[in-house]
Order: sequence, then structure tokens, then C-alpha cells
Amino acid sequence: MYTLKEPASPDPLTVESMPSIETLNGIATQVRRDIIRMTNQAGCGHPGGSLGCADLLTALYFHVMDHNTDFNMDGINEDIFILSNGHVSPLFYSILARAGYFEIAELATFRKLNSRLQGHPATEEGLPGVRIASGSLGQGMSVAVGAALAKRLNGDDHLVYSLHGDGELQEGQNWEAMLFAAHHKVDNLVATIDLNGKQIDGNTDDVLSLGDVSAKWHAFGWKVLEADGNNMEEVLHTLDQAKAACGHGRPVVILMQTTMGKGVDFMEDDHHWHGVAPNDEQTAIALDQLPETLGDF
Amino acid sequence: MLESISYTEKKDTRSGFGAGLLELGRQNPEVVGLTADLAGSLKMNGFAGEFPDRFLQCGVAEANMMGVAAGLTIGGKIPFTGTFANFSTGRVYDQIRQSIAYSNKNVKICASHHGLTLGEDGATHQILEDLGLMRMLPNMTVICPCDYNQTKAATLAIAQHQGPVYLRFGRPKWPVFTDPDQPFEIGKAQLLNEGSDVTLFAIGHLVWKAVEAARVLAEKGYAAEVINIHTIKPLDTKTVLQSARKTGCVVTAEEHQLHGGLGDCIAHVLAANQPTPMEIVAVKDTFGESGTPEELLTKYGLDTPDIVQAALKVMARKNT
Repeated sequence: MYTLKEPASPDPLTVESMPSIETLNGIATQVRRDIIRMTNQAGCGHPGGSLGCADLLTALYFHVMDHNTDFNMDGINEDIFILSNGHVSPLFYSILARAGYFEIAELATFRKLNSRLQGHPATEEGLPGVRIASGSLGQGMSVAVGAALAKRLNGDDHLVYSLHGDGELQEGQNWEAMLFAAHHKVDNLVATIDLNGKQIDGNTDDVLSLGDVSAKWHAFGWKVLEADGNNMEEVLHTLDQAKAACGHGRPVVILMQTTMGKGVDFMEDDHHWHGVAPNDEQTAIALDQLPETLGDF
Repeated sequence: MLESISYTEKKDTRSGFGAGLLELGRQNPEVVGLTADLAGSLKMNGFAGEFPDRFLQCGVAEANMMGVAAGLTIGGKIPFTGTFANFSTGRVYDQIRQSIAYSNKNVKICASHHGLTLGEDGATHQILEDLGLMRMLPNMTVICPCDYNQTKAATLAIAQHQGPVYLRFGRPKWPVFTDPDQPFEIGKAQLLNEGSDVTLFAIGHLVWKAVEAARVLAEKGYAAEVINIHTIKPLDTKTVLQSARKTGCVVTAEEHQLHGGLGDCIAHVLAANQPTPMEIVAVKDTFGESGTPEELLTKYGLDTPDIVQAALKVMARKNT
């Protein structure tokens, strides 16, 4: 079972290097710019969910996770992240590049022939930071649970974080994994669900309603937290709560309300932007709303 | 050589897997066992009892089991999943394809009750398509040993191999005729009998049937070469071609559909390199049914006389 680490003694260097909310929001804005530019340049891809989850991944990779950009597949003695809804690959790639896993310039190769930045994330090309292929939905929860069990067996007290779409919860394998994780008391796992209420064919409620998601997770025996996934302060606070909830015999899930297309007004809350790239004109309008903060790739 | 092939007992190949897994557990602390409510059937209880912390009961939820296994490799574990062949392949094909094969994870998919010889449970459980399904996946190694001793040896060997493996074995008690201390080399075909008139390539339970067929053929004056293709992928093409060149005609025998299995593999190699008269002994594009293993092998044309007939037919063709 996961054991809570002793609180670290206050280290002025650490405190000083802790990014401010403003800094994190600035990173998230640049990541959103990357998403728009990558999908525009590729002429395809999935900007909607990518934009909606930018705040969470920024918080994880730039503040919360203890991770090593000198990539090692086994990820022993570091926190690791498992992406399940692989179609948000532009977000994942931007975050990994901006965090230092590979050169930012490589983002320009997204979805191109011979690129390591496949349409959906893969390990085959050896892209640092990717530990499992995803794209066919509903598989990442099981993988994250397995990775968490490996940490337990290794006596590694770091955590596994994962991200899943809400439409993705329609895949039955998730519910197998939820049963299993609770049964085996996998309490070093923090799963996050992108509850944007949208999927490729429309509103989740219209396509196949998930009903009371919170009640379902509670009933499966998980610790359930909820957050506004597009409010950095709230995301950080909830991730802190999630960490504190680990080590108590239950897996933890954060149900994260987000807005598909967050940050670009004409994309927000519109399921048509699930899997369509902006054209040049739309890209110009979008980028006007997302000021460059770290320098474009 | 043929005279020296004999057996004193019959044991199920799944028990060879169970014995191998227990031994592995003692040798290698990274080995983890998983099952989907079939620990008893897969003979995994020895491992589970001795290494409870490294044994994961997954319940009747095979898709999750495959994903958990993939996740365990992230952290250096060597997971061995255990369920029936049907639920190890077709039921979880996309999980294996994406999370294990494409992700090139070091998962050992161990599958019992393959083919017709699981017997009375009938066609729902008698998967005859698994070799084809699994050998189509890039990165996947596919193994089906011939008896208890070889299954145990193969179980030990695949832990040393880095990458996904499908290990297929069965339910019925079957002649144990290979060496208990044999080294198992993945991808290296096993020559059981040298011959010059026809080559019998067989896999799994039908290797013993091929040995029996060679004896019948010997009585008729024909020298049959018998080769155990325990690894269908990667296929030992060198041995296949050498033997086919020597004998000039071949028969393949497998507990699998005509499409996608050993016959297809050998035909592909021969057609591309040295077209050779060939007969395939396999299930002819039908599902199975309930019955005893022996009854089923007879009814579906996979028994010793079927291999003999195929050999006589292909030798006649060679000589015309």
C-alpha cells in the first residue's frame, strides 16, 4: 500500500522555484497556442479536448508531479502519467516538449510521415515521455492501475496519474478496472476524468448518458474529488487533496468539469471541434486570443 | 530416432505451465502472475500460494487483466496472464494489439484449453483461430509446445525473452515424450525424426500424432521426417526449407483452422522460396463441437490416420 511521504522540510530554493498561478496559466496559454498551431499545420487532429485539459496537464507536469525528463520507461522513483484518451495528443506532446522531454521544434512534425509525434501517442518511435500507446479508448485505466501496482511491488512511494475522457467511460473496460482497483486497494493512483460533456457525435447525454458519474465512482469504492478543470488554482488545490487522499486504501478519482475548446471562444463548448483542425483564418483568430508567452515552436 | 521416442506417462501441458511458473517465481522476483478467475484451470495455484503478493486475481474481466499486465511492465515487472486461449486472444484482441503488441510490452500471455482437445465444453471455448490472430501482430512471439516437459521449458524460456509472447497449451492428459531437462530455444524447430520421403511439420498436441503417423508410414516403407514447430513466430524458415528440399514434399498438422495457422506459415515460406507439394491437416473452416478429445480429432480429420493419408497423397503427387 502507498505510504505517505514525510512532509518535506521547508526549502527556500524549492519554495522559490514553485511556479505561481500566473506562471502556470502562462504556460497553459502557450500550450493552447501550440495545440492550435500543431493541428492547423497538420490539417487534422483533436483540438477540442486538448484545449480543455491544458490546465490539468500544466499543473501536473510543471508543479505537481515529481518526474524526470531524462526519460526512463520504467519510471521508478518518479511520478508517472498515463494518458488514456490518446486523441488529445497535441496537448500531451506540447506539455512534454515544454517540460523538456524533447525539443520544442519537434512539435512541427505532428502527424507527419516519419515523425515521433504520431496521430495518437505511441512508444514505437521512442518519443520520450510516452509509456503506452493510446487511441483505442478505454484501455488506459487498466494500464495506470497496473503501473501503480508495479510501484507498490517495487516499494516505490511515487504516484501514478492518469487522464480519461468522459465519452471514453462508455467503454466497459473502465468499469472492470474500477472494480479491480478498489478490490486491490490501489491507493497510489489518481485518475482524472475530463467531464466536458461532449464527444465526437454530440453531447454525451445524447449519445449515451453517463448518468450520475460521481455516484457511480462512489459506488465502486473510490475516493471521489471534483474540480473545475479550467481553474488553475482549483486544479492545484484538488490535486493536493488527491495526494493527501492517497495511501488510505482507496484509489482516487478527480471528476474535472472542463469546457471543450477552452480558451478559443468559437471553439468553446462545441463538439464539432472534437476532431477538426482550425483553418488558417480560424487559427489567426484563435491565436489572437492566446498570447505567446514562451515562444512558439 | 523414431524408435527412441516413447512415453511412460500422460500429463496435461497446462500443468507444465503451472510447474514452470512456480519455478520462475522462485527464480525471478519480477515475475507476476495474473488470472481471470481460472487459477485452478491454469494450474497457477502453486505460484499463487507461494507468492500471494505477486499474484493478481482479476475476476472475469480479461480486458482489464491485459491492461493491468501492460501497466505492470512499466516498473520492470514480467507479468504472466493466465486464462483460456479463447479469452486470451479473440476476446481481448484490441487490448493486446494496442497496450501490449504496439506498445511492445514484456507481457507473457499464457493460454490453456486451446483447440478441439478441450473437449466437452464445445465450440464456444474451442478456439481454433488464436495462432492466426496472434501471429498477425507485429512484435508478438507465438509458441505452442508439444508436451508437459516442453511447456514447462518454454514457460521458463519466455521469461528470458524481452517482448510480448503468446504461449499456448492445453487441457487433456497427453503423452510426455520430450526430455524433462531440455533447453528451449525460441524460434528453433525441433527435429524429432530424420526421414527422406516426406516431412511432417506439426505443432502442439499434434506433434505426438505426427510421431505416430511416422511409425505407420515406416511400416509401409516410407521414411518420414518429423519436425516440431513449437514456435510458429518467428518461424524457423531455415529448417523448414532444408527439410522440404531434402524430402520434396510436406504435410503440416495443427489443432487450428486451415486459415492462419501452421499450414499458412509453411505454405508462405515454401511458395516464396521453393514451391513444394504440400498437404495441410487442420480444421476445415468450421467450428468444433462437444465430444472427447480423441473423438473430436477423429471427426475433424486431425488424427494419426489423417496425417498418414495426407502424407501418402502428397508423396504420390511428388512422384508424378
